[in-house]
Amino acid sequence: MHADPQGVLTGAHFLDGDHAACEGAIAAGARFAAGYPITPSTEVVERFAMRAPTVGGTFIQMEDELAASITIQGAVWGGVKAFTVTSGPGFSLMMEHIGYAAMTETPCVFINVQRGGPSTGLPTLPAQADMMQVRWGSHGDYEIIALCPNSPQECFDLTIKAFNFSEQYRVPVFVMLDEVVGHMTEKVIIPPAEEIEIEPRHFTKKAPKDFRLYEPEANQVPDMVKAGDGYNIHVTGLTHDQRGYPDMTPPMQDVLVKRLQSKILDNADKICLFEKENVEGADVVVVSYGITSRVAQRAVDQAREKGVKVGKLRLITAWPFPERVISEIAPTIKGFVVPELNLGQMVREVERCAGGKTRTVRVSHAGGTVHNPESILNAILEVAR
Amino acid sequence: MQSLNEIRVAGFGGQGVILSAIVIGKAASIVEGNFATMTQNFGPEARGGACSAQVILSNSPVLYPYVTHPDVLVVMSQEAYLRFAPELKPGGILLIEQDLVRIKGLSPAETRVYGIPATRIAEQIGKRMVLNVVMTGFFGAITGLISREALRKAVEDSVPSSFRELNLKAFDSGYDYGLQHLESGALEASEFEEVTVRE
Repeated sequence: MHADPQGVLTGAHFLDGDHAACEGAIAAGARFAAGYPITPSTEVVERFAMRAPTVGGTFIQMEDELAASITIQGAVWGGVKAFTVTSGPGFSLMMEHIGYAAMTETPCVFINVQRGGPSTGLPTLPAQADMMQVRWGSHGDYEIIALCPNSPQECFDLTIKAFNFSEQYRVPVFVMLDEVVGHMTEKVIIPPAEEIEIEPRHFTKKAPKDFRLYEPEANQVPDMVKAGDGYNIHVTGLTHDQRGYPDMTPPMQDVLVKRLQSKILDNADKICLFEKENVEGADVVVVSYGITSRVAQRAVDQAREKGVKVGKLRLITAWPFPERVISEIAPTIKGFVVPELNLGQMVREVERCAGGKTRTVRVSHAGGTVHNPESILNAILEVAR
Repeated sequence: MQSLNEIRVAGFGGQGVILSAIVIGKAASIVEGNFATMTQNFGPEARGGACSAQVILSNSPVLYPYVTHPDVLVVMSQEAYLRFAPELKPGGILLIEQDLVRIKGLSPAETRVYGIPATRIAEQIGKRMVLNVVMTGFFGAITGLISREALRKAVEDSVPSSFRELNLKAFDSGYDYGLQHLESGALEASEFEEVTVRE
């Protein structure tokens, strides 16, 4: 299905990442957002509030992030595509409802423009330190999808992708910007609506009497219904059976929670997007994501000028973690270099998937600005030695 | 474009520093089809004090997003001048709002300085608020980094339609002033004093 032309501002624009993400959401079909504005993510909802009336959408400024993160889920069950936007402190408040979205299989999108933490930390400055929180922040076992744009163009493209994944797998999907990408202004090409692929909501074709709310289809994902269309809808965060009724028993827990996991992990190869360059024959592979991937590129280029065989692996999908590609590369190289704007998060995953077959060297940074490319270059040279 | 590709525009919050940088970036990337990355300094200083925006122009995608040592520095306030002038690259171009900036010794060697009474020109045109667009026109003429037509188009696309004519007039005034100034060359050190007398 193609995008609704009404929401697509086809053409070349000079936009920052926040505004581009908003345009991506509208192009993807989002017609509802709820949020509690917070730097450096405010521009996303500011733009949505301005654009919403022109596309028949609604924006509600909520009393806090708890309200925002559950209101969007109400909107989804009411039949629309919905998202919320936040940064560190607000993201922490949303954790309870992220688990609710995972458990109730409510397709929705969260845009997190990461800033330095913990707590209120660095409101106006970048970090990539919510990468583990996005995966593990709510309690219990569940899977989510998280994407990491590294330019305003990708903020547009990947926000569309996020909505598509959320409808396809019925999970909360996260677009993990950082302050630099969110506030950096570059050319953004918005294609014509007919060139934008949109995943529509998978509404059931069954009659109400034949329909069960959580009966999985062939892809392990149940079809959806809309409140008010005559179907029985019982949506609960409690462990539930296929009708959606509470069934708090070990066997039901086993079936439900394992399906929440396998519907994502069994499709990981389709969900894991990455950019691989010069990895064949490399001695060192730099693994990075978001703004750090652009800074790392400079270090990679400098290392190549010095004759080092260095490849790059840019993670576009952070979660599910692209285990396969890391474990395939590991035995062929001297080591991974992993720069990130935190004191060591995704690097642990790289290390785990490398499985002791190669070195994994972290280039940490507490956040507040981007790496000096030289620190990444030095790590590359050290591993190549 | 390769040799002079990093630009910083700085001034008071409210002078239109960001819009000026947007026009430069838009002209280079959207109108001329090259690459431009603009970043702004966010922080307490953005609320009233020194405000700055950086634009990197390139023929290929820009990787590193920040400017540390600009080739061109456009300053519209004394505070911005004091803060950012020391970072200018040796041999770089310094463009000043000459009624608002007093040059106090240039630390980077061989800096070429050009001044324009942008605020007064803007007032003559009819609105003080278009001084940033006067500066943008001046920037275009002096640096020659982006064509006049591209900058003009970017101004047209970046301002509300009711102010379009006023802004284009401001742009042309700045550009023409720059062309005249370019012929007479950069300011000599002895002329800085002359500049400051007008304060």
